[in-house]
Amino acid sequence: MAKELNDKIIEIKGITKIFDGVTVLDNLSLSIKRGQFVTLLGPSGCGKTTLLRLIAGFETPTEGEIYIEGEPITSIPPFKRPVNTVFQKYALFPHLNVFKNVAFGLKLKKMPDASAKKGFRKYTKAEIAEKVNKALKLVGLEDYGHRDVNSLSGGQQQRVAIARAIVCEPKVLLLDEPLGALDLKMRKEMQIELKKMHENLGITFIFVTHDQEEALTMSDVVVVMNDGVIQQMAQPKKIYDEPSNAFVADFIGESNLLSGVMEKDYRISFLGKSLKCVDKGFEKNERIDVVIRPEDIIIKDGEDNGHFNGEVLSTVFKGTYYEMEVAAEGYEFTVQSQKEFKKGAKVSLEISPDSIHIMKKMLTINKHIGEVTGENLVTFCGGEFEIPTDGFEQGDEVIVYVPFTAITLTDDEKDGVIGANVTQSLYKGTYYQVQVFTDSDDDFYIDTSDEWDMDDRVGVNIDGGQVKLEPYSPDESDKESDDE
Amino acid sequence: MSKKATTFRPTAFAFPYLAVTVIFVIVPLVLILIYAFRGEDGSFTFNNFVQVFKEKENLSQLGKTIGLALISTAICLLIAYPVAFVLASSPFNKMAILALLFIIPMWINFMLRIFALQSLLQMIGLQKGYASAVIGMVYDFFPYMLLPIYTVLLNMDKSYLEASKDLGANTVTTFFKITLPLSLPGVISGISMMFMPIFSSYAITEMMGDANTSVIGAKIASLFENQNYGNYGYGSALSFVLLLIVLAVMFIGTYLTNRTEKTSKGGKVK
Repeated sequence: MAKELNDKIIEIKGITKIFDGVTVLDNLSLSIKRGQFVTLLGPSGCGKTTLLRLIAGFETPTEGEIYIEGEPITSIPPFKRPVNTVFQKYALFPHLNVFKNVAFGLKLKKMPDASAKKGFRKYTKAEIAEKVNKALKLVGLEDYGHRDVNSLSGGQQQRVAIARAIVCEPKVLLLDEPLGALDLKMRKEMQIELKKMHENLGITFIFVTHDQEEALTMSDVVVVMNDGVIQQMAQPKKIYDEPSNAFVADFIGESNLLSGVMEKDYRISFLGKSLKCVDKGFEKNERIDVVIRPEDIIIKDGEDNGHFNGEVLSTVFKGTYYEMEVAAEGYEFTVQSQKEFKKGAKVSLEISPDSIHIMKKMLTINKHIGEVTGENLVTFCGGEFEIPTDGFEQGDEVIVYVPFTAITLTDDEKDGVIGANVTQSLYKGTYYQVQVFTDSDDDFYIDTSDEWDMDDRVGVNIDGGQVKLEPYSPDESDKESDDE
Repeated sequence: MSKKATTFRPTAFAFPYLAVTVIFVIVPLVLILIYAFRGEDGSFTFNNFVQVFKEKENLSQLGKTIGLALISTAICLLIAYPVAFVLASSPFNKMAILALLFIIPMWINFMLRIFALQSLLQMIGLQKGYASAVIGMVYDFFPYMLLPIYTVLLNMDKSYLEASKDLGANTVTTFFKITLPLSLPGVISGISMMFMPIFSSYAITEMMGDANTSVIGAKIASLFENQNYGNYGYGSALSFVLLLIVLAVMFIGTYLTNRTEKTSKGGKVK
């Protein structure tokens, strides 16, 4: 039996979803093992809810296929799918009481019965009552069956919504930010209860949230999403300790995000200091991103007692620890410690090798396809730039490599060759990495000492001397530009 | 503002309406009441009411009126609900203009509409009678039936429908188990906006119908008309009975609306 060999309950293959010209999910693939508690985590608009709705059947993908136990389901309507959903706002039927809400799915369900004419029959009233009461007991609402759903508190409505979904015994339970409307204390309680339910029921849970703490607490596997793409999929601990890129590091927990250089194996330099680390396998002098968690930094009294000397800028008590901003070498470290250091105190920061997490830079150079349009003139991304064109002739198609440092941004759009919008500005310890989106729908990354505001209109200039050109042969480069 | 000035309370804005109500609603009602219990010699009497219930014609006409109102309302509901459903469903609900098309006739004078319809029906060969009276009623009251149902359907939380499908109900089951019960407040208010006016009006039946469709309203009007001068007492008693029936229907309607609304308004979900 294929099903037994294959313990993947859900497989998502190359799903793309476009709403009104906006790509919400971009060629996303994912497989989920039977019985796991999987959390889709990401900021609002990252596509996590859309992915859940695709699995539930409320949306159809623009491209790609979803399989449940190996069966393609994208053409199957939601009422025939072996999944049930706990909705964000519960969506309890207001004209039915608690019992009838929970019984709604069961009354429609057919169970196999060899003695019945068609091979299946509906549940009897007694069977329904038994199952409903069992489900209500599971969520701690056994005496609430006759109650009007509108008379329940938010937490109780939440429980009814869960009971209503699990009573149908789905193969996969989908939970769309189910705890979002609850207050903090109630949310913590429900987190623990949901986790327990998952262990007791043994069915697969797919849980959508934007709360990273919730995701790390509850899940077997966390899928971090951004811009319709999976950034990382791993166990919570791994996501926290070894974020795969700067986005994940920034989104999960608090972190100090810096840019550094791998001097050689086990040796890294950042903020002008050379430190030991536990990573290897990078190229010599490869530029990398560094993540240091605030709780991993050891803070000590007095200067010259660690790797960096610093001054405390602020201290906030967080219940079990103090969180301090410490200025050192022009970077503001976030540091957590049991011991309080007063504002203005001179301190030393020590960073042990195993608390330095190193990530490959997502992109180290801007790469675009262009055409030589004259002597020392190359047109790409909707503008004509002055770039030395030795060895190329007019009309040649070329790949243009523009280093992050070769680009300068101008306040006035007219001062640049092309105009663009700033879409991201990320401080990397010694410089800002700015991402701009041009009018020709291309991205540029720029390293600059200035901070640029999101959504600002800017002009883009390129120092042609730093740009490298390569001949363009369509077959290869198509593939390569997809990788970016 | 320590000086004590004459304060102008917002309630003062209600005075003009209050005056109109007193003069044109309360006073006539009181007059009807007086006439209804006043004999020809001016003494207090129940004779007018006795006459109302003694005359068999009254009961049959009342029955006819109720029948006509029921039939028109039912037909109108059967036409208006699907229209409202389509207009409120997702591909169409962005086009408010479509809904407007059904509402626009409301802006044209009622008499004009009826005359126009009458001419149209005669043009296609349908003579005045029961059918044309019903058509007139349905046509005239259609927007009043459509609008409340459309509003309820449009504002209904779509996640209820998704939840229903998620739990295994197909489109038809979802309609009967979720959409229909949740839209009942709109249906009830549509019915009460149509049934009661039809019940007491007689202009449409006079113009579109024949002797067969003569409603109780026409009878009351004739009692007050000149040639029957002197039947004010009888006419008032009949009006009074009609008023009580309308009030009773309205009361039941309100009760039903409240009961369904209590259960269909969204809960405390934030």
